[in-house]
Amino acid sequence: MAYVAVTGGHEAIEESIKRLKYERFKKEKSLSAEEIEGTMRGLIDQVMSESSIYDEKLASVAIKQSEGSPEESVFLLRAFRSTLPRKHYSKIVESDSMEIERRISSGFKDIPGGQILGSTYDYTHRLIDFNLVKKEDLEFIQNWIENFNSSYDIKEGPSSLRLPKVMDYLRKEGIMPSVEDVDNVPKDITKDTLSFPTERSERLQILTRGQTGAVTALGYASLRGFGSVHPTIGELRVGNFPVYIGSPLEHIDAEEASYYIGDFKATEVESIITTTKKNPDGTKEEQFEIGYGICFGQNETKAIAMSILDRCLEIGGDSPTHDEEFILYHIDSVEATGFISHLKLPHYVTFQSKLDSVRKTRRIKNDK
Amino acid sequence: MINNYNFGFLDEGSKREIRRSTLKAVAIPGYQVPFASREMPIARGWGTGGLQLTLSLINKNDVFKAIDQGTDESVNAVNIKNLVNTTTGVANTTDTNAATIIQSRHRIPEEPMEKGQVLVLQVPMPEPLRFVEPKEEKTKKLHANKDYSGAWLVLFEKIIKFGRMTGGAAHPVMVNDRYIMSPSPIPKYDNAKLNNSQALILLGAGREKKIYALPPYTKVESLAFEDYPFEVEDTSKKKCRLCGVKGVFFDEIENEKTGEICYQCNDTSSCLKRLNKKESA
Repeated sequence: MAYVAVTGGHEAIEESIKRLKYERFKKEKSLSAEEIEGTMRGLIDQVMSESSIYDEKLASVAIKQSEGSPEESVFLLRAFRSTLPRKHYSKIVESDSMEIERRISSGFKDIPGGQILGSTYDYTHRLIDFNLVKKEDLEFIQNWIENFNSSYDIKEGPSSLRLPKVMDYLRKEGIMPSVEDVDNVPKDITKDTLSFPTERSERLQILTRGQTGAVTALGYASLRGFGSVHPTIGELRVGNFPVYIGSPLEHIDAEEASYYIGDFKATEVESIITTTKKNPDGTKEEQFEIGYGICFGQNETKAIAMSILDRCLEIGGDSPTHDEEFILYHIDSVEATGFISHLKLPHYVTFQSKLDSVRKTRRIKNDK
Repeated sequence: MINNYNFGFLDEGSKREIRRSTLKAVAIPGYQVPFASREMPIARGWGTGGLQLTLSLINKNDVFKAIDQGTDESVNAVNIKNLVNTTTGVANTTDTNAATIIQSRHRIPEEPMEKGQVLVLQVPMPEPLRFVEPKEEKTKKLHANKDYSGAWLVLFEKIIKFGRMTGGAAHPVMVNDRYIMSPSPIPKYDNAKLNNSQALILLGAGREKKIYALPPYTKVESLAFEDYPFEVEDTSKKKCRLCGVKGVFFDEIENEKTGEICYQCNDTSSCLKRLNKKESA
């Protein structure tokens, strides 16, 4: 057992990086970032959501650079994010301004505007399509698109479909309690450290950038029994939000002084969760509460899991999924993967120290 | 889309924020100041806290040294040195005396550091009470109330169970008679160097988003009982197989052929210095 210092670090690292590049090149194939952007929507959406940076081009480069590892791609983008000066905060986006591409409710069959399935994997059969082994040629793709477009009355550009929210409908009906808008300036978790108990704005920010697998697993745990939240999806939407910033020059809040800076695709989920309310006279009453999930791109499972965890943390309690420190401290991709991977670093000083301690303890025992 | 990175990687606004938290940490020795830790190009847990301190402080005239587990040549030390060098262009050194900023993981250099120098220690777990209480909300209150019975109890239980204060690196210290602090996973042998240090010692935990500090000449005591005094790793009977020095912190090495156990200085730059001195003498 030799705990020897790893020396020659410099050359070792250089060679290791070369070897890594060899792994990327050895099959003598290459994709442009553009091809990744054009074909890997699912991965790009996941990576942008976990990185909390919305840039499909940059995400594609990161995916290429990391050979498709989501963990590494998120890491690259987050580190890049640290170098960007924060110049503006956007204006508040009202979420009913979404240009809808897909929208379903599992709670209500007849929702105003109807159920819109949009594009989803939900009803595909997960059978491997062996035709996909080969690259489709461009002509085939273009013909397919032309055919698709001509069979529907399709307009270019984003959807102009805006619909009232299911929740608003339920509020009007008196089924959901109405709530006041809270327009407090949200805390920015990338500029302030979390302090406990947290505000909801902080929780939502951590949840939305959480690692997809972690958020899903913990949401699932709550659903299955380590928590008490079983939701009905009031509404799940996928679509685009326009983003505006206020005029940087003048201190005017007027609508005309806002600048449109682009839009982003998001998945938004509003879950309905039944809770028991205790009346002052001791009787109990069932009521509906809302759990909210939103994330960049089309990440439906994550958004639903987020809505469960949002509600769990709102209620609080002893179960792990209701414990804000347990959830919020452990779901970040960069933090979790970083600390787990640091175990690969040499620990021989600490281990030597531990060894010394164990030997002394043994000696005391033997002396007895 | 392609950006040139700023001097020291971080944007100036971020650096200023980190320096502000550092100033607060210096003003309240041993208190963990929360800060908005940025994601860095190296992984969380690999020294991002230390790196943010270094990059927020460093300027063009600085001379930088990085150590990992006592050696300048360890892969992680080299990696950090490379990153600092690429993003700032400052000179690197392995000489403890020549450096103005030393970033280290798990060791304090053997050669005493002097006035004007800065030691940046990387911290994985800044909260000394975390194993007593898993919740941040509660440990913050324990510190505020100077309620350290839990920390003492941990040591007491070890004595009851094992007959002595077991535990390896990161033995907790009392700073300025006020805050119990984790010295980062330095061996107990290094704890004494924290007391009355001439150099400024900054500790950064990137993943846990905390900065804390020991300004020069701060009183730092290792937690111990009157009848069970603090004891460091036993180095008295060992001798470095290369430079022959006694009583420093050693790596344990097994001779592959003979199976004999021998020792070698853990701080490689001080060992090298002694060897060079012998050579020229």
